[in-house]
Amino acid sequence: MNIEETPLPGIGVRRELRLATGRRVGVVTHRDGATELILSRIDDPDACAASIPLSAEEAAALGSLLGSAQLIAQLTAEQENVSGISTHQIMIRKGSAFAGRTLGETQMRTVTGTSIVALLRDGDVIGSPRPDAVLHVGDLVVIVGTDEGLAAAAQILQSRL
Amino acid sequence: MEATTLSLIQLGIVFFGLGFLGRLAGRIGMSPVPLYLLGGLAFGQGGLVNLGGIDDFAHIASEIGVILLLLMLGLEYTAKELVTGLRQSWLAGLVDLVLNMLPGIAVALILGWGPVGALVMAGITYSSSSGIIAKVLADLGRLGNRETPVILSILVIEDLAMAAYLPILTAVLAGVSFLGGLTALGISLAVITVVLVGALRYGHMVSNLLDSPDRESFLLKLLGAALLVAGLASALQVSAAVGAFLLGIAISGGTAENATRVLEPLRDLFAAMFFVLFGLNTDPRTIPPVLGVALLLALVTALTKVATGWWAAQRQGIAVPGRARAGAALIARGEFSIVIAGLAVASGAVPGELAALATTYVLIMAVSGPVAARYVEPLVRLVQGKKPEPAI
Repeated sequence: MNIEETPLPGIGVRRELRLATGRRVGVVTHRDGATELILSRIDDPDACAASIPLSAEEAAALGSLLGSAQLIAQLTAEQENVSGISTHQIMIRKGSAFAGRTLGETQMRTVTGTSIVALLRDGDVIGSPRPDAVLHVGDLVVIVGTDEGLAAAAQILQSRL
Repeated sequence: MEATTLSLIQLGIVFFGLGFLGRLAGRIGMSPVPLYLLGGLAFGQGGLVNLGGIDDFAHIASEIGVILLLLMLGLEYTAKELVTGLRQSWLAGLVDLVLNMLPGIAVALILGWGPVGALVMAGITYSSSSGIIAKVLADLGRLGNRETPVILSILVIEDLAMAAYLPILTAVLAGVSFLGGLTALGISLAVITVVLVGALRYGHMVSNLLDSPDRESFLLKLLGAALLVAGLASALQVSAAVGAFLLGIAISGGTAENATRVLEPLRDLFAAMFFVLFGLNTDPRTIPPVLGVALLLALVTALTKVATGWWAAQRQGIAVPGRARAGAALIARGEFSIVIAGLAVASGAVPGELAALATTYVLIMAVSGPVAARYVEPLVRLVQGKKPEPAI
């Protein structure tokens, strides 16, 4: 895939992809680190239909979602036949009590009965993470379990320091 | 009342008033510069109220304002961006320079202001306001547009051209001969080259010298270095503003970013003082006689900027709406036109009407530029007879 990089003097850098449909989709990274998601217009490919400011956390989560769309679809399809079980993704936000700690420390299975089947980080999938895997801010944690179990799991991962 | 007391009260009134004007500008989404100028006009000679007690302070504050404006202009682009811009867009830069200096020169000669007035007016009509334009592009969500790098590269070249133009202007205003002007140009071009090469190779050394983890000492070192370099440049007849500008280029990387952040409030304060003082020293009664000329000049130089942007965008294979957007975005003139006019007026080498014309011209361009940039898109669609399609 060819990523086109254009310097924007005084502002930052634009990196974009030309899609098979001819549209441009990409990211403007400002010098101060702020990120904007951009998408070109249909009727005027030189212009942008949207430029959406994203926080670092949001950008990482969006990247993980895009990088792992297939995995999530597959997991969901596999559970369609098992009643009462579903998949859920929970983001480790800044300030979460478990950012920087290991999976084992969450005691997820013991407390809620759910299973952590994958971690999505920067577009990569870490399948079946071991208990000593460390959670980072911006990680999406993919969890399988009952609805009550998932609600409890979300509460644990989102608890603040 | 004691003189100091009176100064404090008057200064307080000025800053307080400017604060409200700035807020108003932010509300309606325009640059505060034209409102500061209007504020100065209202309080100056021949204006509503007379503020005589702050002259001394206003004078030195506005000097510092110019130095900070130019220092931050230098910080805006890295040496690498300047060199790359020069290599890739020199032709667009040249077209920009010729098309937009000519109307200024023509007006000055027709009004009988001579070659010095022509040089000053050329600079006033040439320099787009990178501050206004960068903000408009971000506000309108156009950073992802394909014509945006074209616009920015023209601004980069204007930036560099400024470094050559200001020393010539300073020399000519000081009354040196044509040969003397050429010598000043030679010296400044040599200095710019040295600074650019130096900044590319050794920029980190300047940065390391100034950098400090402590905000307070960083600010003091920066400001000290800026005033020192500006003063030395001024002593060498190169123009204080250019010295500050070159220092800005030499500071690189993370230090430049921190410097921008630290200096921004100071720049806002002192630059506001500079614009107010310029307005203060312009008699509002001199404006009506030059209003017609200013409007005509505004119209012509708006068209020449549109032509510049159009041509540059076309060369990059950008379609008609993008060319129109690039052209309209470049229209805004602002702080640097006033800096040039300020240098000229302070030297006394140009007639007083020039200040009135420059003020009126910048008032028109700083307000109409962003408006043009915003409404050019629906206008092009109307002309092309296209209905807006769903964008997504």
